[in-house]
Amino acid sequence: MGAGHAHRLYVPGASPVHRLAPQCKLVALLAFVTAVVATPRERMWAFAAYAVLLAAVAAVARIGPGLIARRALIELPFVTFALLLPFVAHGERVSVLGVAVSQDGLWGAWNILAKGTLGVVGSILLAATTEPRALLLGAERLRVPAQLVQIAAFMLRYLDVVAGELARMRVALAARGFEARDVRATRVLARSLGALFLRTYERGERVHLAMLARGYDGRMPATGAVAATPGQWGTAAVLPAAAALVAAAAWMGG
Amino acid sequence: MPVSLAGGAIAVAGVAVALRGSRRELDERTALLAGLTAAFVFGAQMLNFPVAGGTSGHLLGGALAAILVGPWTGLLCVSVVLAVQALLFADGGLSALGVNIVLMAIVTVIVGYGVFRGLLRVLPKTRPSAVAASFAGALVSVPASAATFVLLYAVGGTADVPLGTVLSAMLGVHVLIGIGEALITAVTVSSVLAVRPDLVYGARDLARPLELRTSPVETS
Repeated sequence: MGAGHAHRLYVPGASPVHRLAPQCKLVALLAFVTAVVATPRERMWAFAAYAVLLAAVAAVARIGPGLIARRALIELPFVTFALLLPFVAHGERVSVLGVAVSQDGLWGAWNILAKGTLGVVGSILLAATTEPRALLLGAERLRVPAQLVQIAAFMLRYLDVVAGELARMRVALAARGFEARDVRATRVLARSLGALFLRTYERGERVHLAMLARGYDGRMPATGAVAATPGQWGTAAVLPAAAALVAAAAWMGG
Repeated sequence: MPVSLAGGAIAVAGVAVALRGSRRELDERTALLAGLTAAFVFGAQMLNFPVAGGTSGHLLGGALAAILVGPWTGLLCVSVVLAVQALLFADGGLSALGVNIVLMAIVTVIVGYGVFRGLLRVLPKTRPSAVAASFAGALVSVPASAATFVLLYAVGGTADVPLGTVLSAMLGVHVLIGIGEALITAVTVSSVLAVRPDLVYGARDLARPLELRTSPVETS
């Protein structure tokens, strides 16, 4: 039962970004994304500036570009949707490489790609420098309702259990020559999910009883100091403040 | 942008109402069940199934969560799943979180659970009808969510895409996804009902209360 102590997404480290209090990082990321989304899509230089800001954070946190690129692959389905836009949208046509595409659609695609990618990279940096457990403590400090934090805590705790069971089932299915080819495969997948739910629940119930036996009363005991100093808030504010400046500049002029 | 702001506002309001409502559903085990359902929906959402023409769908889970843990707690579960996906796994995007919660948590839970309870009221109170009702609820919830997406896109879309085309394309694909969702929901509900009927919130009134039977024992 080595799971739960560290997470696959977390990259251990001791950089200033890692040491920052989780609640500061959460607020900083939200503010940064707000600034990015509020930027008019025609100001391409502003998005370049945001990318440079994120690259600086990644450099300070010692998170390599390869890791970020690999994790950013999750964005691919949205990218395909964005790439389709120039072809299906109406409006004025422009010629790109000899193909007439909608100008409006082109801007729409750029809008989704640029803002989406910046948000995704921001989240990747947060997840790589913050343990999920610390993130929950941070959310608690930010007065996120206790019920939500509790659901999220149980969820993260059992995610590895569910993933482990699911992986074993997938191996078992593959070993029996199963391959999800079309809609008919849904029947098999549905059965597996039913079994998965029951297995996970009964395992979770045992864990819950064990937790109760050890004095669990609805919240995890905090082991380290979680209060953030004004200095930490100041450090965390550098990224959103710079982003806000860029956004303001983008709104003012060209 | 205004749409994501409005979506965020609706999402916050919906989650706030659900927080108050879920107090009525919660007992000491529900937080555990809610967390597990969230983890389950999370895991199941990673399981993409092929639909048609190269697109693939995944479980939304709103109807399933609502039937298993109750509509309020189910809404909270799916919202937490979406928030964690946006924050940690960078899936779906942080700025679209509000819209995502409206589409995949609020709409699917209201429509899915509404259809489920409505059908249970007319159908005979048996296990097969609970399974059938969960199938119908999940089936309707997915196109409803897609139609809401098209509506939001019409209000705030940035690119000028013909609405009719989007609506028919979205509905066509999503009815297919809905069938997958409905199958998964119905089979999950049916297997849980078979083994642990006490875990299905939406079908609590199907359970017969236990009777205490006593028989005299000869004492010598």
